[in-house]
Amino acid sequence: MMKKYLGTKILVYVLTFIFAVTLDWLIPRFMPGNPILVLVSRFSGLPESARVMYSYLTKAFGLDQPLWSQYVNFWIALFKGDLGISIYLYPRPVLEVLKTAVPYSLGLMIPSILLSWIVGNNLGAVAARRKRLDSIMLPIMYFITGAPYLWLGMLLAYFLGVVWGIFPIAGAYSFSLRPHWSWLFVSDFLKHWILPFLSLFIVQIGGWAIGMRNMVIYELENNYVRYLETLGAKRKLIRKYAFRNAILPQVTGLALQLGTVIAGQVTTEVVFSYPGIGYILTQGILNQDYFLIQGCFLFIIIGVLVANFTVDLVYMALDPRIRFSYGGEV
Amino acid sequence: MGEIFFFAFRNIKLRIGLIIVLFFLLLGIIGPMISKYQDPLDYVGQGYQPPSKEHWLGTTTFGQDVFTQLVYGIRSSFFVGLVGGGIATIIGLIIGFLAGYEGGWIDELLMMLTNILLVIPTLALLIIVAAYLPYRGVFIQSIIIGLTAWPWTARAVRSQTLSLRTREFVNLARISGRSHMKIIIYEILPNMMSYVFMVFILQFGGAILAAVGLDFIGLGPSRGISIGLMLQNAVLWNAIQLGMWWWAIPPGLVITLVVGALYFMNVGLDEVFNPRLREM
Repeated sequence: MMKKYLGTKILVYVLTFIFAVTLDWLIPRFMPGNPILVLVSRFSGLPESARVMYSYLTKAFGLDQPLWSQYVNFWIALFKGDLGISIYLYPRPVLEVLKTAVPYSLGLMIPSILLSWIVGNNLGAVAARRKRLDSIMLPIMYFITGAPYLWLGMLLAYFLGVVWGIFPIAGAYSFSLRPHWSWLFVSDFLKHWILPFLSLFIVQIGGWAIGMRNMVIYELENNYVRYLETLGAKRKLIRKYAFRNAILPQVTGLALQLGTVIAGQVTTEVVFSYPGIGYILTQGILNQDYFLIQGCFLFIIIGVLVANFTVDLVYMALDPRIRFSYGGEV
Repeated sequence: MGEIFFFAFRNIKLRIGLIIVLFFLLLGIIGPMISKYQDPLDYVGQGYQPPSKEHWLGTTTFGQDVFTQLVYGIRSSFFVGLVGGGIATIIGLIIGFLAGYEGGWIDELLMMLTNILLVIPTLALLIIVAAYLPYRGVFIQSIIIGLTAWPWTARAVRSQTLSLRTREFVNLARISGRSHMKIIIYEILPNMMSYVFMVFILQFGGAILAAVGLDFIGLGPSRGISIGLMLQNAVLWNAIQLGMWWWAIPPGLVITLVVGALYFMNVGLDEVFNPRLREM
């Protein structure tokens, strides 16, 4: 039964990937307006370069060929790792630009997701059994989840960066340093890392805490809890069981939340000029670098698919019911 | 119905949330009238001015009035919430009802599409669409937000429909030969009205946040002003480094308060509609 569960999931992911790549190919070709003309218009003062640029771009997009072969070529180029050449960072290939940006994004994202998940779930579980704490914490958590990531970043940057001047608020490391393994660089890197990390971390805590609180309260009303109570089991034991059951939807939530976290990540990186995928993407948008935008889109999709699959595996390890039977989607 | 209003009035979460939302809605409606300046993009005074009698929330680097920009921004935020959230709710309802009620291959197909779109981050999808639009207005932005935000609603509505379609009153309607459309509209929808309303509130808040994110990374309306554009300009022109808190902080604070209040209202509504959750 495990096979069926994984099989269905993998099918959805493969279709998602095909769908996303097709969109990535389709949209530049069928949107109103001609992106190539927009790009070339920037060289309007230099007719000679404009013509060269136009023919290069027409070839690069493969617009001189029939549609189906454009589509096939797009896939072939993709598997060769050819995502085109960045216009904004000319002449660096898009793939190379993205490769240097990915570690910065993951370095922010993975710790913030995991830590906020752990802290938020524990906070929520504690709040679920303390009425006084709950009534204070709940409203705060709702407003925290309502805060745009980028604004929380600006708030932290203003107070911790400018007013109190504790942390730097731009870049991933000081301009005077080059990345290398030394205490000086690592500590400088961490100092730059802490504020964008905090703004992602804090906003995410809110959602987890609320979700966990609701789940635990719901579980504590369940029949098995009543049964344990009548058997005279200790509160501690009952809570342990409730917590274990309540954590499962939170694992699924991890995959569902990913979209909003990525949106938050992109804007947070912009606030702190942090050189990850989000920052590159925004530069691409501001400079109308379509290859770069398309490349970022693909990278984000691949990342999301990998993350989703990981969550599925974790879920399977945690929930024995899936290993033994799989009765369709719940 | 009377009972619902009674509990709605008594519910403190709903009251607090509603008051905050209504306050900003009102500010968005009458703000542009009470503001001293007509055009939010006009250069009306000196730059770098902190809040004063002349400029209630100070001025930008270029001498634009921050308060005027803010009230116009609130207006467009509510507009995006209403249109974007509305479209997302309607699409989610239609797909959820069809998949849940019809079942079979229609269900399989629609849920496959929903699951695919659920995996793709909304912002990524929005970016790839919005980046290629030559002209962007608030209305078009709302539509593309609505067209991308519906999947989780469709899934939730589907599972609710699944549990309702086996009820006796639905069976009765089916036996009496009513069309599927009519059964969905007259038998199933009314039983989910409270749920639909709450979904709309969540979509409303989500659309506002999505628009702020889009505007901030440079895919906002080509003309006019919005909260996201204000934040983008504040960051672009180093408002934080220069200590211009009146430009950088209030726009986001308004969004946080409005969206937080919407979520809070939703919890209150849940308690009103669901007697088991009511605090006695």
